[in-house]
Amino acid sequence: MSRRTSGAVISYLEAGRGAGFWPWLKSWIFTVDHKRIGVLYLVTIMSFFAIGILLGLTMRLELIAPGKTIIGPDTYNALFTVHGVIMIFLFIIPGLPAIFGNFFLPIQIGARDVFFPRLNLLSWYCYVAGALLAVTALFTGGGAPDTGWTFYVPYAVRTGTNVTLAVFAAFVLGFSSILTGLNFVTTVHRMRTTGMTWFRMPLNVWSLYATAWIQLLATPVVAVTLLLVMLERMFNLGLFDPARGGDPILYQHLFWIYSHPAVYIMILPAMGVVSEIIPTFSGKMIFGYRAIAMSSLAIAFLGYLVWGHHMFTSGMGDTSRWVFSLLTFFVAIPSAIKVFNWVATLYKGSVQMEPALLFVFGFIFLFSIGGLTGMMQSALAVNVHVHDTYFIVGHFHYVMFGGTGFGLFAAVLYWFPKMFGKMIPKKPLYVGFGFMFFGFNLLYFTMLVLGWQGMPRRYYDYVPEFTVGHVHATVGSWILVTGILIVAHTVLKAIRKGEPAPADPWGGTTLEWKIPSPPPHENFVELPVIDAGPYHRPGGVTP
Amino acid sequence: MTAVAVPHLEEHHDPEGSRFGMWLFLLTEILLFAGIFLLYAVYRYQFPEDFHYGATTLHTMVGAINTIILLTSSLTMVLSIAQLVRGDRRGAAVMLGATIALGLSFLVVKIFEWGDKIGHGLFPGSEELMEHTAGENMFYGLYFGMTGLHALHVIVGLGVLAVMLVRVARKPRTTVRIPAPGNVALSLASDDGRRLWDDNADDDVDGVEITLVYAKNEELTDKEVTKLENAGLYWHMVDVIWIFLFPFLYLIT
Repeated sequence: MSRRTSGAVISYLEAGRGAGFWPWLKSWIFTVDHKRIGVLYLVTIMSFFAIGILLGLTMRLELIAPGKTIIGPDTYNALFTVHGVIMIFLFIIPGLPAIFGNFFLPIQIGARDVFFPRLNLLSWYCYVAGALLAVTALFTGGGAPDTGWTFYVPYAVRTGTNVTLAVFAAFVLGFSSILTGLNFVTTVHRMRTTGMTWFRMPLNVWSLYATAWIQLLATPVVAVTLLLVMLERMFNLGLFDPARGGDPILYQHLFWIYSHPAVYIMILPAMGVVSEIIPTFSGKMIFGYRAIAMSSLAIAFLGYLVWGHHMFTSGMGDTSRWVFSLLTFFVAIPSAIKVFNWVATLYKGSVQMEPALLFVFGFIFLFSIGGLTGMMQSALAVNVHVHDTYFIVGHFHYVMFGGTGFGLFAAVLYWFPKMFGKMIPKKPLYVGFGFMFFGFNLLYFTMLVLGWQGMPRRYYDYVPEFTVGHVHATVGSWILVTGILIVAHTVLKAIRKGEPAPADPWGGTTLEWKIPSPPPHENFVELPVIDAGPYHRPGGVTP
Repeated sequence: MTAVAVPHLEEHHDPEGSRFGMWLFLLTEILLFAGIFLLYAVYRYQFPEDFHYGATTLHTMVGAINTIILLTSSLTMVLSIAQLVRGDRRGAAVMLGATIALGLSFLVVKIFEWGDKIGHGLFPGSEELMEHTAGENMFYGLYFGMTGLHALHVIVGLGVLAVMLVRVARKPRTTVRIPAPGNVALSLASDDGRRLWDDNADDDVDGVEITLVYAKNEELTDKEVTKLENAGLYWHMVDVIWIFLFPFLYLIT
């Protein structure tokens, strides 16, 4: 093109843009550019996040008072199932890897695209197909599934609701996840630029790499499990039917063999984002680079060995129970290694209190609460006491939303200027964060307390003693959503009205900050040659 | 607004990386089957006698024939790749066709075998089977589940091979357009300078555009071979899974 002669760089947002609406649309939905696919994911995933939030809000509103408030019990059952399915399969699992992994993994290792660009687009189509199937399942057949997102048999086989289609949707989404993982592992192995050795990769790449392996090695197991549920419903296979000699507990084992590692699919990429943001805004090298990189792999590995802790009350031998309990405690070690190294990086750094860093602090605080309540449940005696209570609900929202959710917000704020070439005004973001942080704790800490007092999860109704707690939680949900709306509004407005962003607004050191904002179509005019670590600052500590 | 062209990126080609990706995919397939093999292990441990009995009710001979069919199809698959590496498209296509035919015959045998069992009322959830023991119910549940999932993979594999057949059988054509400046004499020569064709017409050729459409052997790129190899890897995986299913379901009596 004329780039070399005129010096003008065509950004990925401009490249291939035709005149009129249809050519423009085609240039997006048939793109094989990893950056555009990342943006496609951003739009679709955030839309489902919004739907998931609405469902959650409705549930909380129903629970503000005992008895029927706005919806009936069957609708309520469908609501918590669909809220779970959407938030887990359509938001958190694909979230960070599919959006920011797609956009930044190739750039951060100095590549022009992922290894299989067309497969990458296919993953997005699988995501969209799965999402459409999931939505279809709500309105067809016997109505929205009411089994909870775990689809436990035998109820999942016996219920008249449209479980078959919902399960098939999860199966198709699994394909999307596997293909993304496959693409990332191959990309990291084969496409690192000259001098980009394994230990010069940014920590975000290490996290995504560990995540990709979990996606590859765990997802097929849940795929076959969900397939068996479908066969069970359609052809009466009977493998999980106790009436014919089958064992429903085996379903739980197979389900959690995937779904526990999946928890780390959700949290690891957020940890990668945090490991990028902290060194940038403390103006320092990351502390303990190798320890953080290796702890990602350790988490991925240990994550496979702890699925039994979801089933301590399902019927399991005592030996298995204490082994699973012990292994679960081990997961705390690599997680804590990360937290301590992040905090050590901040120590004596020249900290810029940008909104992205504020969300990272939110992440560390909330994830620590989530992690420590997780430790409480690893202990068998406590686990039996709080099993299937609001304590569990509070715990995993602290990890998933307080951890991954806040990590995702941090990622948006950190990388938005690079992705769209616009700066976001800071002040509304600080206000939004304040609302989110306060509302979050009011909502979910109350849940921890309620659970400790004995409020069971997934219940439509409750005894009057719990009313005060439920009112607090519901009010917390309103404050939380207000915060989210403020942040979302600020970010969306910045797409049109934001100040133009320079190539490196934060003083970042990784490769994405060395190319223009937004990046050119081919990422790098000349592929970079790397001769130092990712967080190396030539002049020592810079302000 | 005018259209902005996409800058051209150099083709990146890395056969080793493609194979690596394919092996990763096979890993996920093996894990998919691992789930149902796990169920098999548990139920076999729980109901050893019923599983022994169940195996005697299956036709070992039919299973053996299908094993031979699939093993032979793996051979023809390898031969097809070997032919393509040698540059023999026709041979490669023939061998690929043979692989597809063998895969189809595997399915046909399977249909008859299933039909026979279903005809005797031996299928999951049947009234006949409900009167049998729990172990037999699990055995037949697994038999249909496992061979069904495998058959699904055979069908997908056949689809992949069919696509490859179209690609391999297609003559690669390259089209080159050369606008001729006016008043030229045209001739076509091979690389060693031998004249193949001359424009003998007396009148000058004026302002034409010459379009050359030709097939050349270099078109047989590494890329194409890698693709066929990867398709072959998938087919072998389908084969290997059957190698495990056959003894587990038919032979251990």
